[in-house]
Order: sequence, then C-alpha cells, then structure tokens
Amino acid sequence: MHAVIRWGFILLLAATLAACAQPKRDAAEAERLAAEAAAAEEAERARLEAEARAQGLGTAGVLGVDSLDDPQSPLSGRLVYFEYDSDTVRPEFIPMLEAHSLYLSQNPNARVRLEGHTDERGTREYNLALGERRAQAVRRVMTLNGARDSQLEVISYGEEMPVAFAQTDDAWAQNRRVEIVYEVRR
Amino acid sequence: MMRRSLQGWCLGVLLLVAGQASAVLEVTVTEGITGAIPVAVAPFVWEGAGSPPEDVAQIVGANLARTGRIEALARERLPRAPDTPEGFLAESWSAAGAEYLVIGRMRPEEGRVVIDFHVFDVLANQRMGGFRIPAPSDQLRRGAHRVSDIVFETITGEKGSFSSRIVYVAVTGQGEERRYALEVADSDGANPRAMFRSSHPLMSPEWSPDGRDLVYVSFENRRSEIFRQNVESGARTRLASFPGINSAPTWSPDGTRLAMSLSRDGSPNIYVMDLASGALTQITRTNAIDTEPAWSPDGQTLYFTSDRAGSAQIYQMRLPGGTPQRLTYEGTSAGAAAVSPDGKSLVYVRGGDGLRLARLDLETRRETLLTSGRYDKSPSFAPNGSMVIYSTTDRGRGILGSVSRDGRVHQRFAPRTGDVREPAWSPL
Repeated sequence: MHAVIRWGFILLLAATLAACAQPKRDAAEAERLAAEAAAAEEAERARLEAEARAQGLGTAGVLGVDSLDDPQSPLSGRLVYFEYDSDTVRPEFIPMLEAHSLYLSQNPNARVRLEGHTDERGTREYNLALGERRAQAVRRVMTLNGARDSQLEVISYGEEMPVAFAQTDDAWAQNRRVEIVYEVRR
Repeated sequence: MMRRSLQGWCLGVLLLVAGQASAVLEVTVTEGITGAIPVAVAPFVWEGAGSPPEDVAQIVGANLARTGRIEALARERLPRAPDTPEGFLAESWSAAGAEYLVIGRMRPEEGRVVIDFHVFDVLANQRMGGFRIPAPSDQLRRGAHRVSDIVFETITGEKGSFSSRIVYVAVTGQGEERRYALEVADSDGANPRAMFRSSHPLMSPEWSPDGRDLVYVSFENRRSEIFRQNVESGARTRLASFPGINSAPTWSPDGTRLAMSLSRDGSPNIYVMDLASGALTQITRTNAIDTEPAWSPDGQTLYFTSDRAGSAQIYQMRLPGGTPQRLTYEGTSAGAAAVSPDGKSLVYVRGGDGLRLARLDLETRRETLLTSGRYDKSPSFAPNGSMVIYSTTDRGRGILGSVSRDGRVHQRFAPRTGDVREPAWSPL
C-alpha cells in the first residue's frame, strides 16, 4: 500500500517537472525518445524472457551456465545447417540462435567460436571462403539478438573437417554447417 | 575385370613395399593411342649379382607413357635387345612396331650404380645418342627419372618433367586421431617424405619458382594462416595471419611476391604481398568471394575465382589495376585455375555433373573436358606442360590423378596409404 502511494507521488512529481520544463522542447523531446527507447528495450527484453520461459529456459529469464548442458534447453543446440552453396540462415535455426544470443547478453564474459564448414562440392579455397560467409551470417543473427561482436569469433574450416564421410546428399547436408563452440562459458 | 585385377595386384604390391614406391592403381588410355610415338624400352642389363634393385626400364616406360606423347611397347612383344649399340638391327625393331628403341646397362660400383643407355631412331636406322648417369645406390629410382628426362627430350625435343617433385597433403586417421602431413615425393609419387605434420588441417601447398621453398595454409593455431617452409632445411616462417581467412598463396613467377586471398576487411579479396618488405597491395575490392589467384608466366596477369556474378567463375585481371574480365561460361561453376607454363591455356575445375577438369585455350576460348570424375580438383601443371596432376577419389578415398594435356592418357595413383590431395608440381 505504501509502495503504491510512493510511486504515485513520484509520478506526480515527474509530471510537474515535465510541465515546468515545457520551454526546453528539444531536451524534452530527447528525453521522450530516450524513454521510448528504454521502454522498447524493456519490452524486447520481456519478450525474449517470455520466449525463453516458453522454451523452458528457466523461469527467471536468466540463463545459468547449467542451461548450456541441459538437453531440454535450446542452448543444447550447437549446429546450424545450410543449403548447398548458400549462407542463408534457415528460419528453424533462429530460435536456437536467439537463445544463445540471450545467454551471451546475460553472460558478458562468455565467448563463442563460430566455425563455418562446407561440403566437398566446390574448390577448396572457395569453400574456405564459403565457410567464413556462413559463420558471418550466424554472427549477424546473434549480434542482432543481443550478443556482442566481441563475444563472437568467426573461423572457417571450409571442407577440411567433415563430420560425415560418405558421398551422399545426407552426408553433404551434415557437413554444411556452422558449429557454435563455447570457448568461455560464463 | 582386367582392370580390377590389376588394381588388386597393385594394392597388394603397395602393402608389401609400403613407403618404397608409389602404387599405380590404374592407367587408362581414352580415344586409343593414335598419335603417340611407339617406343621400345628394352629391359636394362644388370651387371651386378642377383637381381637389380629397380627395374629402370619399366620406370622409364611408365614415365614416358604417362605423358600421352609416347606409347611404351609391351615388353613381351619386343625382340631380344642387342648387348652393345653395334648390335642394333633396325629391321627387327620396325617389325615390332617401334619407332624408337632404348637399351641400357647398369653397373654397380662403390655406393652407386652407373647407368649407360642409348636411344635409337628405328626409322632413320641410326643411334641418336649415348648417355651415362651415375645414381647413388639408394636413389636408383631418381636415376631412372633422369634417364626418362633424357629419353623424352631426345625423342620429342621437349624437356622432361620426370625428375621434378610433387608436394601434396596426406591425411590419415579418423576423428580425434586425424593427422595431416605435407609431403614431398618424386613426380610419380615414389619416395614420399614428410615436411610438416599437424593434428590440424593443412591446405593449398605451392612451390617457389626456384623449387627451394613451399608456401601453404596451416590451421595449427586453430585458424587459417599462411606459412613458408624451406624444403632442404625445413625452416618455417609465418607470412600471413590477418584477421579473417588467410588462404590460397601462390608465388609470382619472379619469386618476389605472393598473391593470396585475405578476408581482413570482411570478405575475401585478392592481395599481393611483397616478400622483402611484407607490404600488401589490395588487388580486388568486392563483397564477393575472390580467391584462388594464379599468375601468368610473365607476371602481368592474375587469374582468380570470384562469385561476383552469382556463381563461382574464373576471371582474369591485368596488373596493376586492370578491370576483371570473366573467362568461363561453360559450367555451373568454375575455379582453381592452373596456368600452363607457356601461358596459353588454363586448366580449371568445372562444376556441373560433378567436378571435372577442363582446359580453356586463352586465345581461341575453346574448352576441352579433360577428366570424367566427380571430385577432380586442385589441378597443377607439370613444369614442361605435358601433364596435369590433380586430386580425385577412388571409392571415397582421396588419391592423385594425372592426365596428359590432350586428355587422352589418364593415370590414378596413391603415394601412400590414407588420403592424399592438393598436389602441386615443382619447377624443373
């Protein structure tokens, strides 16, 4: 009850101050924009947390280091797969990347290597470049979702480190990937 | 059926003499052998005790045949060779279908073997030359390559490439046990020697124009970096470790510069590094992938792969600062161009129905498909331009292939067990 009264008082005070500040239009406008931005940020954070909760990332919306090892968590996903000769991140991998981005935004000391790989169709040095492009595409998604650039290291191995060795569509699909590797977990 | 049993036999031999000699898995001649010069290489007489350490005549015949220029006549069809050059009778050799004859003797001496051999022009009924090659006893095979060079040049008038060497990447083991090695071997894959071993990938080896150094990409620091290594001493230096990828190094013909692909500014572009100063000059500026640079023999033009038009294709660019011009249109993709020593043609990897090697004549712009594999990559010209060596696969295993420049004679071989790839042929 006390809290409500106190908040009411603060709001009243704020409104009065705002009214007094009327002549300084620019400053007021800047303040308003900043408040809007802060509100938008807060809303986005709330949305991400809600999403995280929905995905079973924990009720507080704060991702502990344990969640990296939780097989139920989207953070357990560490692989992004690609179409042939493409660096487009497919929609099904976005929620997983958002979860990693959220984790990184909440654990500013955590560091990730994004290792880009290709299949064997294509020349080797071209594939090295294509692998880098894929890792860069994953980095873009993650920085747009709150991870800092300094937390993400892009590496390409091209076609040099396949995980599947058959010369089949299935094997190639497994090899066209970006691996998310936590170098520092928290 | 014949081919299969031959493969099996050769693999058996490989197991017996692993590390001693390369295993020739298969030699195929397409479109007949019309146009190839029929040459008889008679077995060389061994003057020592027991049997000779190497069948030099067999090595010479196999070398000559790989070029597609020469057909080495089957030994069983040959008449008995004369003991001395004076015993040469042209009639019996022309009857056997030979246009040229090679005879020789090998005499073991203290620590070495002296090879005396003679080349005859059967049609002109004359001896073209007599030669003497001393070879260290433990390097008789190298002696056989020297003999091959002399015979090839005597008959065709062109220098041989048989004494030159190849470098390639060898891979053994699976998963955590995977090991990579940079190996140098004779041009036929024999006598492999490891230059560098790593548990991280190695890529893109190339020779310096004087044949003394190698450049390659190593992931030993968990990212791509360019290294230089002296073949004789083994000494290594790191040349490029910029942010992003450091790849596709290739020496300028004058040996002073290195072209490479760097993504230090976000996307891979072609750069030239001055080796004396380390200074970099940026050659291309695109957001596309620009990589796999190759120099023209005069050092005035760079050929490279770019996907600036959507798919990877090969472009040429005059130095300095010319406008890139697209050269390839035939396949769904094109890359990894190798320039012929005379500068008149490119051999490149054409995508479409698998990856195959194609030759592009730079004057007429006509193209010829050279191979029919599904994973034929990393072409490299022999220093005399007679053949191209490349990497291919045999039931999933990485092996080497060579093809004569006209695309008629194909050979597949493996210098060692495990996977081999990215061969590069040394200068003469």
